[in-house]
Amino acid sequence: MSGEETTEDVEEIDGVDDAETPSSVSHGQNVLHPTRENLLEVIGNLRTEGFAVCIDLTAVDYLENPKRDLPTTVKPERFEVVINLLSHTKRERIRLRVQIPEDEPTLPTLFDIYPGSEALEREVYDLFGIHFEGHPDMTRILMPEDWEGYPLRKDYAVGEIPVQFKEAPGS
Amino acid sequence: MSQETEISTPQDVEIETAERVYRRGEDSAILRLSESQVQSYRPEDDRRMVINMGPQHPSTHGVLRLSLEMEGETVLRSKPIIGYLHTGMEKTGEQLSFLQGPTNVTRMDYSSPLFSELAFSLATEKLLDLEIPERATWIRMLMCELNRMSSHLLFQATNGMDIGAVGAMIYGWREREEVLRLFEKITGLRMNHNYIRPGGVAADLPDGWRDDTLQILENLPDRLDDFDSLFTGQPIWHERLQGVGVINATECLALGITGPLLRSTGYAWDLRKDIPYLRYEEVDFDVLVGSYGDCFDRFAIRLNEIRESMRIVRQILEKMPEGDYRIQDKKVTPPPRVRIDESMEALIHHFKIFTEGFKVPAGEIYVAVESPRGELGCYMVSDGGPKPYRMHIRGPSFTNLQVLPHMLQDCLVADAVAVISTVDPIMGEVDR
Repeated sequence: MSGEETTEDVEEIDGVDDAETPSSVSHGQNVLHPTRENLLEVIGNLRTEGFAVCIDLTAVDYLENPKRDLPTTVKPERFEVVINLLSHTKRERIRLRVQIPEDEPTLPTLFDIYPGSEALEREVYDLFGIHFEGHPDMTRILMPEDWEGYPLRKDYAVGEIPVQFKEAPGS
Repeated sequence: MSQETEISTPQDVEIETAERVYRRGEDSAILRLSESQVQSYRPEDDRRMVINMGPQHPSTHGVLRLSLEMEGETVLRSKPIIGYLHTGMEKTGEQLSFLQGPTNVTRMDYSSPLFSELAFSLATEKLLDLEIPERATWIRMLMCELNRMSSHLLFQATNGMDIGAVGAMIYGWREREEVLRLFEKITGLRMNHNYIRPGGVAADLPDGWRDDTLQILENLPDRLDDFDSLFTGQPIWHERLQGVGVINATECLALGITGPLLRSTGYAWDLRKDIPYLRYEEVDFDVLVGSYGDCFDRFAIRLNEIRESMRIVRQILEKMPEGDYRIQDKKVTPPPRVRIDESMEALIHHFKIFTEGFKVPAGEIYVAVESPRGELGCYMVSDGGPKPYRMHIRGPSFTNLQVLPHMLQDCLVADAVAVISTVDPIMGEVDR
C-alpha cells in the first residue's frame, strides 16, 4: 500500500542533504524529518529552491500513539510540528515533521523566513504549548489570555456536563 | 532616581508600563493594552489614541475585533484580535468518527461549507486508498462550483452593505437564495450540508436537478449584469475601492495569502488549475487575475469568478456521467435502507458502521482544495482507529487575516471597512 513509509524510493529534493535529513514518502507526498537544530538551515535551503510559501504549520501530540511510521534514524518524541511548504514554480508541496521532546517544547521561529507563519505559530503555542523562540508576539491567539492548559494536547480532557438521571417512577 | 519619583503603588506601575509602551511606538505592544490603560496615560503632545473596532461591529463580518491606533481619522497601526468564535472544533474532530467528521467541519466556513467537507473527505479517502465513482466526483464538482457562486454572491451582498450600497445586500442575498434553494433540494439543508462524505456523497441528485440548475444559469447572467451597472462602472464605487488596501504579490507570498487576494495582485495561482484535484483538468475555465492588488480588483475578481463558475457548471451538466453516487465498498458504505428491512446482516452492518465507524489505516496526509477564499487544506493523522488521531483544517481566512495590519497602515478608518470587507474573512473558519 502506498501509505507505507519507505526510505529507498525517495526522490532527490534539491537543496536538501540526504545524509543529514532523513526523508520519506507518505501517500505520494514528500516528507522531510529535520531535527530542531538544522530546521532553519533546511528551510532556508528549501526557500532558495523555490518553496516560497509556508502554507500551513501545525502540531500533533503523539502521547497516545508513540509508535508511528518514521525513518529508523529519527527518534520519536511526544510532539511533532508539521510544516507544509509550497513551491509555485514547481507546483510541488513538501512537508517537514520536526520531533519536539516533551520536557523542552521549543522550536526556533520561522518568522524571519516566512512572516506568514506568525499567526500559525501562535496557534500552535496556544493549543499545544510549544514555544517558538524569537517569535515577535508569543501569546495566546484563540483561547482567552488567562486560560490554563493547552487544549489540543492529548492529556487535556474534553469537557463534559454531568447528567443526573432520575429514578424510574414506581421503582 | 530620588525617593519621591520612585514607583510604589500598583496603579503607578500600570501607568508607567503604559507610558513606556506608548513611547516605544514602533512595536505593536500598545495594541495589547486595554483602552483604559492607554487612556490613563495621555501625553499632551500626543494625539494618538487606541480604539476598538468590534467584536460587535456590523462590518466586521461576525466577531472580528480590531485594535486600531489612530491619529485623527488615520489608522497608524492595527492588530486583529480573534478567538471569539473558538469552539475547539479540531478537538471535537478527534472525538468524532470519520463518518461523523463532515458534520463537524462543515460548520467551520459556514458560507462555503461544502469545501471543508470535500477536503476532509478527500483526506480520508486518500488514507483509505479509495477510488470513488466518477459520478460522485462530478457531483462534488457541481456542488462546489455552485457553492463558490453562492459564497461570492454573499460577498457582493456584504461588501456592498459595508461600503454603503445597502441595495447590494438585497440583490446579493436574493441571488444567493436561489442557489441555496437548490442546495436544500439536493442535500436537505440550506447550509451545513454534511453532503460530501468519505466514499462519495450522501444522496444522488434528485429528480429535476438539471432543470433547476439550468434555471439558475439562465437567471443569473442578467442579474450579474445588474451588479455591473450598479457598481463596476460607478464613480462613487471607484472612489471607495480603487487604490485602497493595496498589496503586492511578494507580500502575499511572504504572508501565505491565497485565493482572490493573491490573484488580485496579478499572480495567477489557482489550485484547480495548477494542482488539479477532482476532474478540474477536464473542464475549461480561466483563472482571473487583477493588476493593482486593491479592493476594486478583489471585488471584480469575485464578481467574475461567479461567471467562471457558471461556465464550469455548464460543462459539468454536459459531462455528468451515470453511475453510483457513492462507492460500493462495504467497509465504508452503509447498506441501502430497503435491505435493512429484509436482512439481519444488513441491519448489523448498518448498526456497526454508525456506532463504531470504519477503521482507517494509520498514516498522515495533507490535502488541499481551492475554496472561495483560498487554499483550504486538511492535515489528517490516523492511528488505525475509527476516529482521526489529529484533524487540522488550514482555513484560508485565518492566514489571510494577517494581511490586515499591512493593508490598514496609513489608511482612513472609512477605508478600513472596505479593506476588511474585501479580505472577506469568515470568522467560523478563522476561530474554528
